[in-house]
Amino acid sequence: MEDIFELLVRAVPFLLQGTGVTMSLVIGSLLIGFFLGVPMAIGEVYGGKTIARIIGIYVWFFRGVPILVLLFLFYFGLFNLIGLNLPAFLSGMIVLGLRSTAYQSQVFRGSIQSLGRGQMMAAESLGLTRTGAIIHVILPQALRLSIPGWSNEYCILLKDTAITYAIGVMEIMTRGNFIATTSYRPMPIFLTCAVIFIILTYGGIHLLHVLERSVRIPGYDERTKEAIY
Amino acid sequence: MEESRGPVLRVEDIRKSYGDNNVLNGVSFDVKLGDTKVIIGPSGTGKSTLLRCINHLDIPDSGKIFLNGEEVHGSKKNISKYRRQIGFVFQDFNLFDHLTALGNVMLGPIRVLNMSKEEARELARTELDRVGLQDKADLYPAQLSGGQQQRVSIARTLAMNPLLILFDEPTSALDPELIGEVLEVMRNLALSGMTMVVVTHEMGFARSVANEIIFMENGKILEQGPPNKIFYQPELERTKRFMHKISELYGREDREPQVAENQDNERRDNELEDDV
Repeated sequence: MEDIFELLVRAVPFLLQGTGVTMSLVIGSLLIGFFLGVPMAIGEVYGGKTIARIIGIYVWFFRGVPILVLLFLFYFGLFNLIGLNLPAFLSGMIVLGLRSTAYQSQVFRGSIQSLGRGQMMAAESLGLTRTGAIIHVILPQALRLSIPGWSNEYCILLKDTAITYAIGVMEIMTRGNFIATTSYRPMPIFLTCAVIFIILTYGGIHLLHVLERSVRIPGYDERTKEAIY
Repeated sequence: MEESRGPVLRVEDIRKSYGDNNVLNGVSFDVKLGDTKVIIGPSGTGKSTLLRCINHLDIPDSGKIFLNGEEVHGSKKNISKYRRQIGFVFQDFNLFDHLTALGNVMLGPIRVLNMSKEEARELARTELDRVGLQDKADLYPAQLSGGQQQRVSIARTLAMNPLLILFDEPTSALDPELIGEVLEVMRNLALSGMTMVVVTHEMGFARSVANEIIFMENGKILEQGPPNKIFYQPELERTKRFMHKISELYGREDREPQVAENQDNERRDNELEDDV
């Protein structure tokens, strides 16, 4: 049996390649969630009853079904049914993205609603159109407020990528499992996987925290802190 | 003066209800160029709703609004064309929290009037100067006092060069020692000939600046007239009682003769105290 040092020298580069795949999945699905989630949040708040109801059903479905069921439903079911022959990686990214859309839309909706009606009224009273007010007044504030919730979504989504193991995407977990079963040394391998995930999680949170501080509105934080302490 | 053009603002029989609650029951009045009208009345009487109906932040159920003779109605795009000509100052300022004082004043001219950034910056500095805040231009709303925020919001409105400005209880959210600086800005505006409609409980301001006072209750105008008439010789007993009560509460007003208080009066006065 190879010693642990030799095992890790062999395993770590292999797992790090998987890390690239994992991060691509995370970034891709976060972006899908962002670009679909923001308009959905806007639609839910300002779009009227019908649009809000349709979005409500979307969110209800994607929040209610386990990610593994969603993955199989789309990968083996829907994509085949409509003749879409997508590779596992892309399918995983889309399904994670569509689910993240549901969660992210609620993060953004919460931020928009926390601004209160006054911001919209003030913008409209200046003669801005609804769209102009959303772009220049509502979103710049709501997106800032969304960063903490968004960083939570990053955290969850990162670890959910491991589920794409089930459809054979070559991310960290799939590779870890491969080495673990061929070397009969599950403990060091899966511990390494765990360490990689921990580094990615807290590294990402740290970056988002730096972003949050760099776009923070002067005076605003102090006011919030006063309210808390 | 362009007196031949008739009123700047004409409000005709505005009605508005929320469900079963009739907030406005047919309100009509005219505002001429350079007028300062002050609307007073108990809370929950529809004063704020009336102002919001004027620039369609709330859509009236019926009735008409005319701005310089043109009816304010139609599509959302059309409405924003009217709104840019009507300034609005809110009770709780509603400054854009992510922009500096200067940025707040520049937003309208850039996004609505399509001014260049340089022009808008120049204009914004002038308007901030006008409300005495040139040295606060680069501070954010959260770094300003309430009175300063409200003055920025007035500058933001002025930058749009409006035909008239609506003030919705502009000093009600302020600490007492900050009210004066805002009232002074408003007083100067009125003196400079700005057309203004002001909802307020500040009787000192009403008496010295308004050229007409409108007394509203239950979504209707009960009585209107020059300050001297409303303050000292109101036609209605109801107006007299309200004026008495409000001067007692808000002070800064000469003592009014005590109203004879039979039991019925006392009861109604107590009700009034709750809703002022």
